[in-house]
Parts: sequence; C-alpha cells; structure tokens
Amino acid sequence: MPAPPEPPENEPPVVTPTRVVIGLCLLIPFVAMLWVGSYARLEPTFIGLPFFYWYQMLWVPVSAVLTMIAYRLVKRENAKRRAARGGDA
Amino acid sequence: MGGVNVTALVVFVFFFVLVTAMGFLAARWRKAENSNSLDEWGLGGRSFGTWVTWFLLGGDLYTAYTFVAVPAAIYAAGAAGFFAVPYTILVYPLIFTFLPRLWSVSHRHGYVTTSDFVRGRFGSKGLSLAVAVTGILATMPYIALQLVGIQAVLDVMGVGGSESTHWFLKDLPLLIAFGVLAAYTYSSGLRAPALIAFVKDTLIYIVIAVAIIYIPIKLGGFDDIFAKAGEAFSQTNPATGKPRGELFSGPNNQWAYATLAFGSALALFMYPHSITATLSSGSRNVIRRNTTILPLYSLMLGLLALLGFMAIAAGIKLKNGQLAIPQLFENMFPDWFAGVAFAAIGIGALVPAAIMSIAAANLFTRNIYKDFIRPDATPAQETSVSKVVSLLVKVGALVFVLGMDKTVAINFQLLGGIWILQTFPALVGGLFTRWFHRWALLGGWAVGMIYGTVTAYNVSSPVQKHFGGSNEIIPGIGQMGYIGLTAFVLNAVVTIVLTLVLRAAKAPDGVDETHPSDYTADAGDPGVKEELPAPTAAP
Repeated sequence: MPAPPEPPENEPPVVTPTRVVIGLCLLIPFVAMLWVGSYARLEPTFIGLPFFYWYQMLWVPVSAVLTMIAYRLVKRENAKRRAARGGDA
Repeated sequence: MGGVNVTALVVFVFFFVLVTAMGFLAARWRKAENSNSLDEWGLGGRSFGTWVTWFLLGGDLYTAYTFVAVPAAIYAAGAAGFFAVPYTILVYPLIFTFLPRLWSVSHRHGYVTTSDFVRGRFGSKGLSLAVAVTGILATMPYIALQLVGIQAVLDVMGVGGSESTHWFLKDLPLLIAFGVLAAYTYSSGLRAPALIAFVKDTLIYIVIAVAIIYIPIKLGGFDDIFAKAGEAFSQTNPATGKPRGELFSGPNNQWAYATLAFGSALALFMYPHSITATLSSGSRNVIRRNTTILPLYSLMLGLLALLGFMAIAAGIKLKNGQLAIPQLFENMFPDWFAGVAFAAIGIGALVPAAIMSIAAANLFTRNIYKDFIRPDATPAQETSVSKVVSLLVKVGALVFVLGMDKTVAINFQLLGGIWILQTFPALVGGLFTRWFHRWALLGGWAVGMIYGTVTAYNVSSPVQKHFGGSNEIIPGIGQMGYIGLTAFVLNAVVTIVLTLVLRAAKAPDGVDETHPSDYTADAGDPGVKEELPAPTAAP
C-alpha cells in the first residue's frame, strides 16, 4: 500500500455556502416525498391522471434537476479544493 | 388461458437466442490481459463508463420482478403500490452522498464487496462476516423472484405451468432459460449482463412507450381508466370487510407509504448487486453523473405502475395478481408485439439474476472463503471459487422456486429487504465516521435482524397467517409503518448506546487500515489506478 498523501493544513473550512446549497438540493426531495399529506388528493387532474400520481411523477425530473445542480456544484467545489491543495504543496 | 401463443413464442425465442449469443461473446468485450482476477470476472475490470454503468445499474435495479410486482401491487390495492416512485426518487440523492466515498476507498484498497470495506475499516472479521451473510441471504430470494418473473411470462404464453403435464416438461422452459443464464455468467462474468442490459432496456423502453399510449387509447383515456379503477377499489373485499383499495393514500396509510418509500430507498444500495454495479464504474464522477440520468428509469417505473390501473379497467380478473401485466399485454397487443413485451420481461429477469449471483459469489469468496477457509488463496483461485459459487447460488434459487410455493419466495424477499437494511449503520456509518465501535455495530445489527424477522413473521393477513405484509404498528408512534425502517432505527439506537458503553469501558478498537484521504480519491490519484489489477495485494 503506497502511503496516502497527507492532507494540507490550510484546507477551506468544512462547511462552505456551496456545500450548504448542495445539501439543500439533496434534502428537498425527501421533504417533498415523505410529506405524503401534501399530495394525497385526486384534484386537479392532468390528462385524466389524479394529482397523487402526476405530482409524484413530476418530482422525478425535479429531483433529477436538483441532483444535477448538486453535481455541478460538487465538481466546482472539488476543483477549488484541489487547486488550493496544489498551491500549498 | 388456452393454447400456446405461437407468434409471441417465436418472437420471445428470437430475442432469447440473441441475448444468449451476446452473453457468450461478452467475454471478449473490453478484455484485459489478466482475466484471472476477481476484478475482471466480478467487476468487469472496474472500467465501465457513464453509459455502461447506467445500463448496468438500470438493468440491475429495475428487474423483471419490479416490472411484474409494482403494477401487480397497484392492481391489488391501488395507491399503496405507487410507493415505488418516491422510493426510486429518494435513492439518487442517497447514492450521490455516500457511494462516491465507497468507490474511492474500494479502489484504493482493492475492495470487491461491502464486507471487504467493513473489515478494513473496523478491523473486525466478525462484523464483516455478518454483513456478508446478510447480503447473501437477502440476495438469494431476490434471484428466485427473477425466475418467478420468467415463469409468469411463460405461463401467459401457454408454455409450462399447466398442472396436468409432467413436472419435468412443465418446468423445462424455465430450466433451459436458467441453464443458459448460468453458462454465460460463468464464462463472461459481469461483462455478460452489462452487454445484455442494452438489449433489455431498449426493449423495455419501447414496450412502455407503446403501452402507455396504445392501451389508454383502446380503453378510452385515463379518465375512464381511473373511474373504473375507483369503482373497483371502492367495492368491499369480503375477506377484510374493508374496501379493496384506494386511489390516493388515506390518512391512515400515509405513514406506511412514507416509511416504505424511505426504508426501501435506504436498503437498495445495501444490496450486494447494486454495489457490484457501482464498483465496476471507471471513476468517481461516473457514479455522480449517473444519479442525474438514472431517474429516467423512475419515470418509466411510474408509467409502468399505471398499467396496474389499466389491467383493472380492461376487466382482467385474476387470482394471481402477478400475472396481471403479462395478461394485459396478451389481451391488448397484437401477438408479435406481446412477444416483444414478454421478451423484455424475460431478459429483464436474466440481467439482474446474473449480477446478483455474481455479487453473492464475490461475497462468499472474499469474506467467507478467503477470510475463514483459505486465507492464502491466489486471485486465480478466488475467481474460480466465485465462478462455481455463482452457479450454486443459481441452483439454490431454482430449487427454491420449483420446490416451494411462490409465496415463500415473496416472503423471503420481504425479509431480505428488512435484513439488508440492517447493514446500513456499519457500511454508511463507516464511510463517514470511525466513531462506532465494531462490537456495538454487531450488537445493533443483531437486534435489528431479530426484531425485523420476528415482527414480519407475526404479521397476518386474511390470506396468510405469517408474513402477511411489510407494515406493522410503529412502537411509540402508533401508526402503521415499514418494519425494516423501525428495525433500522432500533439498530441505530442500540449501536450508539453500546458504542458509548464500550468506549467508557475502554473496549479494544479494531485496526482501521483506511486513511481519511482514501474516501475522496479519484481515478488518477496516487494509489488508485496503479494498484489495479492486483486487488488482493492488500495487507
């Protein structure tokens, strides 16, 4: 096992505004989906589908977009951290 | 059901032969020089990119059983069956959060299974054994259910299944399908299902797209479908004295709906086969990128679930709800397209069955054979043991399906979900913190397993005395909820309390062979690429 690189001393703080946004993007679907009372009804219907069904299916693309935003932000954050690390070394 | 549907059968056989050829040829696809290592056979060389991983994970998670069981649940009781949609929505933020860490640490240390990681992190063979055994136990009935999926399709096509024929003739089609599956998994490893998954998903997407447009037109639109379904659900079920089902979750069922969705989402990526598919990807980013495109499958699953309502509206009346969807296809589609749809379900069973048997075999080889029986096994020996075990696992599943009542397989699948969730604290906890004590994790696991099994055993339903469902009153909340999630909470509480006690008592900690930087390493970083493919060189 090669010795893993030591972490540099001046890493950015663990909690950054970007990370908070990432966390929110990942958390929102849980609130929306687990709060069943918020969507347990039939009206309004969409092309004949009761609200209960189309609303939940609508959350599939919504959560995908949220995850995509989180992915972009994570990539940017990691690039920044790597750059900071590279600069220190 | 009448005679054999010849046109459908011909189309079905055509696709079956096609994927069989692909399964055997897959061994040559992206072949590496050193094909004797478990990394090659069991993880496809750990080199898959975004698209292959997408098909593989999709093929893995959305199985034939899913395609048959989710609409069947809707057909039986309505809204409750739709929990599969929020469940698969919640899976992806979870994957996004913890799987990249598992990928990194596994690549740096050459871990092939979750138990490998648990052993490395907590320095405890006992805990690693518990995780491995849970994984194998939970996977076996899952494989059996894939065979049940193929059986359902064969039944509706009119081959096999009839009671009057000799048992051997009756099960012959299933035996052939199984034998072929076993042979190409043995020779090609994970590359076979990865390649076949392309065909499977293409077929599935075509079938769903056609079904979701063509069937509602024939049935007079969604308004009519839901009006008829609502009427059917409002009728009293003589066995329970309650309405058969509902069109949306009533106040008394919302806890059950939410806990089932949440618990299942937590459990999905504890299953060995989902981890196998994840670890086969070529970089950390492949996993995260996949969480943004995998939801396409969730959308498909939602549309598929709606077929359950269509089966009711189409007037299909069956005792065995599992046959509702194949029967709907048979009634609605022209014969040749019904054949395509059946092929989609059938192949949809082969892909996950192959991956599951590989995953279970890897667990056995790495965490039971190598840890307890032959610590000095070479990579080549590991691979040959894994190959043989993958066969044994499938034979076991076959015996299960042929020898026992189908409800037994479904009961065990239910238990499997509860069990596998109990490995969450050790695995995901371990990915983020070293604070949990190894013995506390083992204690929490045992409590969760016992509580979950006993509670599930005691659930009765009008048709079954035991294992009547996956929900029970949550102690302290007084609402019906998913047993697996309650067991998991109990497990976590016990783990935390025992950790505090053991730390106070200064119980010896295991040796942690991982380093914080291991959890964020990516392809190209020191120790990630260079180490492969020699996964067994770890200390």
